[in-house]
Amino acid sequence: MTRRQWKQVVATPFAAWAALALGIGLTCGYALMGASPFKPAIALAIAACQAAVSAIVFMRLDRASALVRFAAVSGVLWLSFLFILSFCDYLSRAYPP
Amino acid sequence: MSAQASAPQAAPGDEPSYLDEGHSVASWIFSTDHKRIAILYAVSITVFFFIGGAAATLMRIQLFEPNNSFVSAAQYNRLFTMHGIIMVWFFLVPSIPTTLGNFLVPMMIGAKDVALPKLNLTSWWLYVGGAIFTIVCLIGGGVDTGWTFYTPYSTLYSNAAVLSAAAGVFVVGFSSILTGVNMITTVHMLRAPGLTWFRLPLFVWGIYATSLVMVLATPVLAMTLLLVIAERMGLPVFDPRFGGDPVLFQHLFWFYSHPAVYIMILPAMGVISEIIASEARRRVFGYKAMAVAMLSIAVLGFLVWGHHMFVAGMSPFADIVFSFLSFVIAVPSAIKVFNWTATLYRGEIRFGAPMLYALGFLGLFTVGGLTGLFLASVPVDVHVHGTYFVIAHFHYIMVGGSVSAYFGGLHYWWPKITGRMYLEWWARLAAITMFLGFNFTFFPQFIAGYLGMPRRHFVYAPQYHLYNVMSSTGAVVLAAAYLLPLFYLGWSLVWGARAGANPWNATGLEWLTPSPPPKQNFARTPRVDNDPYDYHEPETGPTQADQPPRQPQGGVA
Amino acid sequence: MSQTGVTVREPWPDARREETGLQFAMWVFLATEVLFFGALICTYAVNRWAHPAAVREAGRHAAFAYGLANTVILTLSGLSMAIADRAVKEQLGALAKACLWITLALGTAFVVIKALEYYKDISDNLWPGPDFALRGAGARPFWSFYWVATGVHAIHLTIGLGVVARLLVFAHRGSLVRRVPSMTISTLYWEFVDIVWLFLFALIYLVGRT
Repeated sequence: MTRRQWKQVVATPFAAWAALALGIGLTCGYALMGASPFKPAIALAIAACQAAVSAIVFMRLDRASALVRFAAVSGVLWLSFLFILSFCDYLSRAYPP
Repeated sequence: MSAQASAPQAAPGDEPSYLDEGHSVASWIFSTDHKRIAILYAVSITVFFFIGGAAATLMRIQLFEPNNSFVSAAQYNRLFTMHGIIMVWFFLVPSIPTTLGNFLVPMMIGAKDVALPKLNLTSWWLYVGGAIFTIVCLIGGGVDTGWTFYTPYSTLYSNAAVLSAAAGVFVVGFSSILTGVNMITTVHMLRAPGLTWFRLPLFVWGIYATSLVMVLATPVLAMTLLLVIAERMGLPVFDPRFGGDPVLFQHLFWFYSHPAVYIMILPAMGVISEIIASEARRRVFGYKAMAVAMLSIAVLGFLVWGHHMFVAGMSPFADIVFSFLSFVIAVPSAIKVFNWTATLYRGEIRFGAPMLYALGFLGLFTVGGLTGLFLASVPVDVHVHGTYFVIAHFHYIMVGGSVSAYFGGLHYWWPKITGRMYLEWWARLAAITMFLGFNFTFFPQFIAGYLGMPRRHFVYAPQYHLYNVMSSTGAVVLAAAYLLPLFYLGWSLVWGARAGANPWNATGLEWLTPSPPPKQNFARTPRVDNDPYDYHEPETGPTQADQPPRQPQGGVA
Repeated sequence: MSQTGVTVREPWPDARREETGLQFAMWVFLATEVLFFGALICTYAVNRWAHPAAVREAGRHAAFAYGLANTVILTLSGLSMAIADRAVKEQLGALAKACLWITLALGTAFVVIKALEYYKDISDNLWPGPDFALRGAGARPFWSFYWVATGVHAIHLTIGLGVVARLLVFAHRGSLVRRVPSMTISTLYWEFVDIVWLFLFALIYLVGRT
């Protein structure tokens, strides 16, 4: 294996994994930290960052065409339609859940 | 006639057609040839069309009299449910995309097959798997929840075969998803050299837009049905006794099921554009707007589902949002109707069967679409929700629209698919009979519904008797119109005149190949240099000023 | 079409177009999976918004140690799969094969730990049946979500194990380095299953922890 290959094949993915592991540590730490604010939001934000790292490095979106990148985000975009319009109903209901 | 592409084709008889590549059953049901898979689907959906039609027939017999006892209430519930499930998921959703789409999209883009042929075959086998679950459900007495599976009835109270019905639709949903993935990839990746996006035939745009909807909507249905199955097996999700919300089921269900109606109409719109352009010898008016309109319908279709839930318990704010968006989505559909009409203007119209179906589509789709606007208005919908007005509205679009387009496309491409010409006068008779029978069946339902006749009831108040008699009588005529093609199309397979490569003298790459085409479609990949629908120079037509001088009829005395 | 010994499937005109096309097709499929799991997460979101206290209480009973172990295992398997993918593209067959074995082993470990966790959950009466341990509106829907979400995820993971096993068959025949598109789409699928777990971890195991 050449030096370039080592960096490409082993070192870069390993660095990405280290970022994921850091994310796991942070999210567990914050969750276990007692009455801290915005727990669900922070946990999901960290998960989203981990997903982005995985998608870019492990799933090679760094090298992909614009079309493939659009396909990659289209699911999330469409899911947002479901969430936004459903919660548009829920959040504007007059009666308590 | 300006040639759209140049590719020397093998003379008929040089290469065997796709129909002659193997005659065993195995060569058909394990074939990865998109043309054979299209035929497999066509046979499958036809079987289910007649099963679903049988359910409708029994319903219309029951509804001939206000207090009829041809079937019981419980049986009636199962009839309308199975009619809906079968017609939506086992006939309409697959119809044009898997039959005409599978057959024609690769040919129209100059490819040898779809992008993922083995996945294509897998899609058909998944359809068969879903069909088996549904047959099991039918044998088990059917389901009585309505095709909409609303909770808590479907999950907690129904004693019918809900699990097998939900499983059947779940499986056939994956067939849909994989077909969508295949078509999207095919259109992006396998276009012939020179075939840019805005040179694609509108049928390809239609299938592409449909596939986007299939891919993004169906997974939500799959999960929703899985949750129905889960709740039926003891895992509460929507059960209000444990904090769940039945309206959440409706949000999830309609997030798919509204876009599903666009899955059912977009391919039909593509077919109509092809037929009108060819049979009127005109370029499609506003081609780019037509393509963009189909994409807009596909995207906007995801934002309007709440209009099915105006009386379900959503907040008034949500009602207004969904109502507004539902009005917006009428715009691209209307643009298409105007453009089809403009395409016909100054055309040299050939009133063959395909054009008759297309003209029927224009009228019936317009009525259906306009009544959709009534339903988008919350105050009107509060009055007519759950009545026959809604039933008439969606049948005008799905049957008057999609089924007419399917039959039109079937006739238009019949020579290409089978290599035979059908009997023209019988086909015209079927088309006209269908138009008349359809209107007799469904127009009275608008009136009955507006006057208050509820849907899904096996008996009704005596004041609706006349409309129901008209509707049931019309259904007899409609049934005859659906049965006729079985005979003359079947006849043509054996005794029909052999078709040439391009019997309609149309543009479009599929007409370059022999009829029926060989397995590989094209001997060499064509190269495309022209726009589609090159029937005349762009922006032309004889104007009043260019008319030659005319003589009066008589002389001076 | 085998200048480098690469096999091109019908109807693709060349290897490069096939690779891009299959990669694109798999991403389109993954978009459908986002909506599939996303619909489920929508039910969770509505339940948590409607009954926050009950969900926090219900989440306290999730087996944190098992969940954390599985998260670490799955991210490691994502690393090994990614290395295998890149190794195949660099024609390093031996490294790819070793990493595929590691991925298979880690994935199997996940399934085993999950099964043990299910056994523990059932013993703790966390199946929302008549013996359900918790009270209050919103508790049962949380645990219904748990069983459906982790169950569907486990099914996806098991399918992934089959996908990895198929690649190992190619690797042992020596043909893996010629089948770059297969490796690419298998990696995309495996990494996606990982990503889903990262979200499930946040939604199930980090709720109500103090």
